[in-house]
Amino acid sequence: MENLIALLVAAPLLGAAVLLCGGRRLDRAGHWLGTVLAAASFVVGVVLFADMLGKGAEDRALHQHLFSWIPVEGFQADIAFQLDQLSMTFVLLITGVGTLIHIYSIGYMEHDERRRRFFGYLNLFLAAMLILVIADNYLLLYVGWEGVGLASYLLIGFWQHKPSAASAAKKAFLVNRVGDMGLSIAIMLMFTTFGTFAFGPVLESTGETSEGKLTAIGLMLLLAACGKSAQVPLQSWLGDAMEGPTPVSALIHAATMVTAGVYLIVRSGAIFNGAPDAQLVVAIVGAVTLIFGAIVGCAKDDIKKALAGSTMSQIGYMILAAGLGPIGYIFAIMHLVTHGFFKAGLFLGAGSVMHGMNDEVDMRKYGGLRKYMPVTFITFGLGYLAIIGFPGLSGFFSKDKIIEAAFAKGGTEGWILGSVALLGAAITAFYMTRVMLMTFFGEKRWQPDAEGHEPHPHESPKSMTIPMIVLAVGSVFAGGFFAIGDRFVNWLEPVTGYEHGHSPLSVATVTGATVVALVIGVGIAWAMYGRKPVPVLAPRGSLLTRAARRDLLQDDFNHVVLVRGGEHLTRSLVYVDHSLVDGVVNGTAASVGGLSGRLRKLQNGYARSYAVSMFGGAAVVIAATLLMRAV
Amino acid sequence: MSFPLLTATAALPAIGAIVTAAVPAAQRTVAKWVALFFSLGTLVLAGVVFARFEPGGDRYQLTESRAWIADFGVRYELGVDGIGVALIGLTALLIPFVIAAGWHDADPLETKSSRWRPTQGFFALILMVEAMVVLSFLATDVFLFYILFEAMLIPMYFLIGGFGDRAHAGSDENAAKQRSYAAVKFLLYNLAGGLIMLAAVIGLYVVAGTFSLSEIVEARANGTLEMATSTERWLFLGFFFAFAIKAPLWPLHTWLPNAMGEATAPVAVLITAIVDKVGTFAMLRFCLGLFPEASKWATPVVIALALVSIVYGALLAVGQRDIKRLIAYASISHFGFIILGIFAMTSQGQSGATLYMVNHGISTAALLLVAGFLITRRGSRLIADYGGVQKVAPVLAGTFLIGGLATLSLPGLAPFVSEFLVLVGTFSAYPVAGIIATSGIVLAAIYVLVLYQRTMTGPVNEAVRTMPDLKARELVVAVPLIALLLFLGVFPKPLTEVVNPAVEHTMSDVQKKDPQPEVEAAK
Amino acid sequence: MNPVNYLYLAALLFAIGASGVLIRRNVIVLFMCIELMLNACNLALVTFSRMHGNLDGQIVAFFTMVVAAAEVVVGLAIIVSLFRSRHSASVDDASLMKL
Repeated sequence: MENLIALLVAAPLLGAAVLLCGGRRLDRAGHWLGTVLAAASFVVGVVLFADMLGKGAEDRALHQHLFSWIPVEGFQADIAFQLDQLSMTFVLLITGVGTLIHIYSIGYMEHDERRRRFFGYLNLFLAAMLILVIADNYLLLYVGWEGVGLASYLLIGFWQHKPSAASAAKKAFLVNRVGDMGLSIAIMLMFTTFGTFAFGPVLESTGETSEGKLTAIGLMLLLAACGKSAQVPLQSWLGDAMEGPTPVSALIHAATMVTAGVYLIVRSGAIFNGAPDAQLVVAIVGAVTLIFGAIVGCAKDDIKKALAGSTMSQIGYMILAAGLGPIGYIFAIMHLVTHGFFKAGLFLGAGSVMHGMNDEVDMRKYGGLRKYMPVTFITFGLGYLAIIGFPGLSGFFSKDKIIEAAFAKGGTEGWILGSVALLGAAITAFYMTRVMLMTFFGEKRWQPDAEGHEPHPHESPKSMTIPMIVLAVGSVFAGGFFAIGDRFVNWLEPVTGYEHGHSPLSVATVTGATVVALVIGVGIAWAMYGRKPVPVLAPRGSLLTRAARRDLLQDDFNHVVLVRGGEHLTRSLVYVDHSLVDGVVNGTAASVGGLSGRLRKLQNGYARSYAVSMFGGAAVVIAATLLMRAV
Repeated sequence: MSFPLLTATAALPAIGAIVTAAVPAAQRTVAKWVALFFSLGTLVLAGVVFARFEPGGDRYQLTESRAWIADFGVRYELGVDGIGVALIGLTALLIPFVIAAGWHDADPLETKSSRWRPTQGFFALILMVEAMVVLSFLATDVFLFYILFEAMLIPMYFLIGGFGDRAHAGSDENAAKQRSYAAVKFLLYNLAGGLIMLAAVIGLYVVAGTFSLSEIVEARANGTLEMATSTERWLFLGFFFAFAIKAPLWPLHTWLPNAMGEATAPVAVLITAIVDKVGTFAMLRFCLGLFPEASKWATPVVIALALVSIVYGALLAVGQRDIKRLIAYASISHFGFIILGIFAMTSQGQSGATLYMVNHGISTAALLLVAGFLITRRGSRLIADYGGVQKVAPVLAGTFLIGGLATLSLPGLAPFVSEFLVLVGTFSAYPVAGIIATSGIVLAAIYVLVLYQRTMTGPVNEAVRTMPDLKARELVVAVPLIALLLFLGVFPKPLTEVVNPAVEHTMSDVQKKDPQPEVEAAK
Repeated sequence: MNPVNYLYLAALLFAIGASGVLIRRNVIVLFMCIELMLNACNLALVTFSRMHGNLDGQIVAFFTMVVAAAEVVVGLAIIVSLFRSRHSASVDDASLMKL
């Protein structure tokens, strides 16, 4: 069985290689090839899953060693895979949602002349993401980590002729690289501390080193997670990343890649368990982002950017849960999976809306679309109910568990984190209701596009609606399926460990409070966007709204401090290099030249002046000789 | 006596140079094929050396020794260790690509006279450089090495000054002036280093009484050759200065951007990917091998300079407006990594540095040669003159991107392996230095992606609208290099296998042990 | 007679010759002054030979004479051709020996 693991990665990798090197000949069949290989990977995943279910909890983990990667004295890096319950969960999510999105893209990208390349990139992404989650050591994980970064770069910038897309892609890669720096420092710290960076040995011997070391490693891992999962302070790239095609936003920037940070923290649970300070920082980062993303989501008029804010916020929930330690790890992953369903569904719905509306993204120019796009409306609506945590749907179960666990953290921290999570639930309800109302309800506010075409909203083709329906089903039932009978907890417990948290509030109180928060959020949104018509031009808004539209001024800060500062720094260094470093050398050359110019004047061509210098020289030599002798 | 394989490997390109130069003026194409043929022959011989080399065997293998200048104890001594094997492989591998990429670079614009033969000269000089570089990787006699170290400046000078990049801004006259400035600067810098090294070589002979590397190392190891601390330090500085100019290390780097900017792309590859490696190679073999104590004494300063190189080179690369100068500054940053790895004096650092030399050679060659194809098409080196190339020439843009990704050390491509080894090796001995160097990976991403964004993406620049995509000859150059980058990124074992034992020898020369991990030390 | 006196004479002759070289402009005179300096040296050499009681100095004096003869041949040739091209025997007119 374990020999199948490599096949998971091999299938999409083959697809990427063939599609990207194959040339124009494959233009007609390329998208089918890509989709089939993604589905093949899913099938392999399901086979492995079935096999895993047949075994006892303790010996479910599979291991496959391919070859020794970098054999250097004192340093062992292997290409080796490990498939345990945690990895399995991710494999199914990635390949499953990935396959659906491949199918969706067949329709969505139909008119793009570079569709083959798009599928090549998608396959590349799947391969890298699978490497990330099934690697058995941190260095191989790093390969996947940067690999998904590359795929994300290529896909965000897929429409490279748009300068905004090109610079969004670059921004995403650069911000991620800052996080990657954290990951490489963490790996180096592991190497000097444990002499290895394979999961097994590192995570088993965390007890043998000091808390300080573990805290350092933990914080560096957190930095990496912040980059990849768009957490404060490295969140600025996610909004811009919406420049990519919508299926990309659904797959990479909602369901899978951005959750890699959560995977990293949960996978490294043993390190964080030994470093409570780092763990607390994780929870705080999660809580801050949770509110930050939610506020940004409230103010955006671009439907994809509003959803991006929401993604940021939901991942904030997951990171918050991961920062709670063993009482939260499993719920972080559970929310991650349910979020994968409903957020991917929401993005695909947004894509479907854009598809029907001449690629318009401004929600102020939507309105009343429910009649024109019934399937999109229903699937989007189910995703909406799931994300706001409507009782009985996926989001309700997973979010509720996180809020409970946050209160169960205990002490003042518990109260603060729990209240923040509750507040976040209210804001989530607000901004999602806003999106829903502005898009599907109210009056038509359609505008002709730049070339004067009136939009003719229509339902999307089957290849697009079927994946949306499947994801909607998932958003409705997944949460309940996982939560009832603690199925998910039992499944993951052998890997991540689990402690039942004891909340100071009863379960019923927390649930009640969540529902109240939900009602308040929906109510405010209804009052603002449902009762009165939505203006086509955005009103000026309060100071907070204006700041939130600009991503709470993060970009302005980055621009002024990093971009401008960097430009000044490089410009002055170019000057220094030219005039100072090179100047010293050129100056030496010039002064030698000047000196010889002076000396040249002595050579005036008059024989008698040469004779004088000869005699003078001889006199000096004689005088010196005599003097030396006298002394 | 067995067949002198090493001499043959170095002699074949030299013979090739003579034959190429002798081809009649009108037969330019013949000259090109002759040069390519000899460079491929050298590659085959280098492959034989690689195959015959036994990683677990003696330190220097396939040795040859003949008396040369008996009065001064100078011998013609050759031998190859793991590091030498790797670098000879790199040199022999890259030269055919350099020749193929520069196929039309030396075609005369107009026929001046029937005896005007720049093409023959160009390819003969390239082969001459190859012969000298290969021999310098093989020389185990300090004096022989010194002579080659200096002699290779002559063909390089003519290659830089005589065959400039036709893509330049401004008039021909101005370009010629710039070019001769760059060539003279290259020559003067390197001669200055060589002069100081000559003093140190003579000093070494006075102290040791022999030029033989292995004899001196052995005598130092078993204590028969005592060197006063100050003598050792002065000699070390003499050698190190020359190598630091060649490598180049901040602040002795300013010749490189000029030389690389003015030379044609293939010649720029020759400079940065091959000839400069002699400098870093010599640091490893001569500085550390001959003067272990002084090397340890100088380590803090050298590491500081290497860190400055890494950060400074990368920042300057960000600020460049000229594609080739940008790559030159990126190379300065990379040489910082190599020197950092050498002087960190850990197994990982030194293995990493050696792999880095090879991988940097391949990745820079890929990036620079594709950049050269781009520049030849447009006739400009300025980044601002491009835009949207991706749309008109997707294959060119794709290969350029892969070359760039290799330069920023993306995992999966070869440079990642070496860069990570250098970082780990440095971090385990000098954590702060390791962290500062790690910032280089962010800066590298900036200059590569900004370059890609400005040239390849965005709206199509009017001047590139009709730009043709890569032709067959150019694909033959780009594709194997990229394949090699991928292969060595996933499976670097063939290289690490030959390099590891050599690194162990160097580590025992400097009598250093790797720092032990905390947890295992506790066990 | 004290041989040191010959040395004084040689020094005097040398000084006369040297100052002649420096002061006079006419090439022929200059040339003769050089001959005077050479002969002053010869005188000194012979004197030293006498003082030390060996023949070394005298041998060197012969060499000097040979060199002087050669120099006269070459020097006169230069002077003649110089005079032909410049119609002047002044050294200061030939100042082209410079960069």
